[in-house]
Amino acid sequence: MTSPAPPRALAPRLAHGPSARRRAADLGATLSCHLAAAVVIVPLALIAWHLLRMGLGGLSLEFFVRLPKPVGELGGGMANAIVGTGLLVGIATLVAVPVGVGAGLFLAEYGDGRLGTLVRATADIMSGVPSIVVGVAVYGLVVVPMGRFSALAGGLALAIIMLPTIVRSTEEVVRLVPRSYREAALALGAPRWRVIHDVVLPAASGGVITAVLLALARAAGETAPLLFTALGSRFWSVAIDRPIASLPVYIFDYARAPYDDWNRQAWTGALVLLMLVTVVSAMVRLTTRGVARR
Amino acid sequence: MALAVFVVVALIAWEMARGAMPSIQAFGWRFLVSTDWDPVAEKFGALPYLFGTAVSSTLALLLAVPLGLGTAVYLVELAPASVGAAVGFVVELLAAIPSIVYGLWGLFVLAPFLRAAVEPWLIAHLGFLPLFRGYPFGIGMLNAGIVLAVMVVPTIVSISREVLASMPRSLREAALALGATRAEAIAVTLDAARPGILGAVILALGRALGETMAVTMVIGNTNRISASLLAPGATMASIIANEFTEATGKLYLSALIEIAFVLLAATLIVNAGARLLVIRTTGGRRDVAGAA
Repeated sequence: MTSPAPPRALAPRLAHGPSARRRAADLGATLSCHLAAAVVIVPLALIAWHLLRMGLGGLSLEFFVRLPKPVGELGGGMANAIVGTGLLVGIATLVAVPVGVGAGLFLAEYGDGRLGTLVRATADIMSGVPSIVVGVAVYGLVVVPMGRFSALAGGLALAIIMLPTIVRSTEEVVRLVPRSYREAALALGAPRWRVIHDVVLPAASGGVITAVLLALARAAGETAPLLFTALGSRFWSVAIDRPIASLPVYIFDYARAPYDDWNRQAWTGALVLLMLVTVVSAMVRLTTRGVARR
Repeated sequence: MALAVFVVVALIAWEMARGAMPSIQAFGWRFLVSTDWDPVAEKFGALPYLFGTAVSSTLALLLAVPLGLGTAVYLVELAPASVGAAVGFVVELLAAIPSIVYGLWGLFVLAPFLRAAVEPWLIAHLGFLPLFRGYPFGIGMLNAGIVLAVMVVPTIVSISREVLASMPRSLREAALALGATRAEAIAVTLDAARPGILGAVILALGRALGETMAVTMVIGNTNRISASLLAPGATMASIIANEFTEATGKLYLSALIEIAFVLLAATLIVNAGARLLVIRTTGGRRDVAGAA
């Protein structure tokens, strides 16, 4: 941008503009900022390229509908892992949405006091807890008492990962509902809970769904919390009290296995996982399009 | 429902403390400074993992902070609107990629590249430094640091961007009116935004400390402490991911849980500090819960 020229009489030295050294520094700093932005884009391009190159070849119908083959036999798919990830994320959503939306509503509607500040801080703390720690905690709280690894434990671990995102985003979108909506409903004689349930929540529902989908997309890619909760399984299973396969854990196991075919399948698994996450994120973008962002 | 949030955090902390108790009683403070890791003799010490976490996170920040900050400045001050939106979108995408995918990429793409091209060069030209001695494995601290850097850059960019955008325009305009060049005007803004940017960096540190899957896949997993960045190592998160399901024996499991406990404590302290800084700088205008 051009700065307005300084009045000549006031600043004769500035009439020549900044010294060569300062101009060079300016150019250098500006260029390095451009360079930084360019460098930040590179990893994404590289990851996308390698995912497509290494993963696309294994992408077939078989991958989605077949079970894994034993070591040594080529082929097979990850049907159980794809269904498993769906089931785990489903359990997590069922648990996290009522709790998270409830807490978010509380923060937006009643959260201006001490308790609200405390809950908000706790949710922030929760979002900073490493996911591996969540896995260890759920292992002790659910797996040990139950006596075995289970889809339920995995779902609960993912629910804990989802919770803080849902709480804080729900609070934000509920706060965006205009005061006049609430006042109009109250003026019509509606009690507070009906105002929240019948007016505020429907008005904010689009934003809440977005928040849930964002949290869901993140949870679907989580591996660490599942390692000691859902564990993994090479078999078809939809029982929630049994170990269950999931895409991220499969990718992890297959990537570390010393078999080329498994490594290739890990890439395909990663491609599928990323496509799932991207589809969900794209849905988020579509639902939020037109909704003014703060 | 709001109370459920408390209950969950309390349960996590309580479970960690309870699980770690046998190990705390057995080893005391020595646990943090001992390099023993012998499941057979049931002697455990966490120093190699503390070291690994510290080194990989520091390396990640050294790489990510200049890049992230430069990108944030570019997005706020320099970029044309359309380019800015595109770069911002890419950064968001980077944040959305699951950790396991970064690990896969680090293991199968970055590691061979480092082994074949980068590390031999470092050894040949900078090998006189202890940092770059050894054998080019491809996997190791350097790889973990690079992958972590890519993973935390979005955190730094998105929060620094918020912080910079919340700075009053008058700061920059005043600097320009005094004859400052564009870079000098930006420096004035950066100076005012310093606490918030520091917050962004610390928040990124919190993320790097706890990052598990990608690091586990690329760091090599040995419990040796080495001054060289090319050597394999292990972090607190990676040792848990690797050995938790194989831990036989109460004390072994408890030692791993104590590592999780230490990790939890470290990230909590780091995150709390970061949030305070960001909230103070932006005046609470924007919370950063979702951005972490």
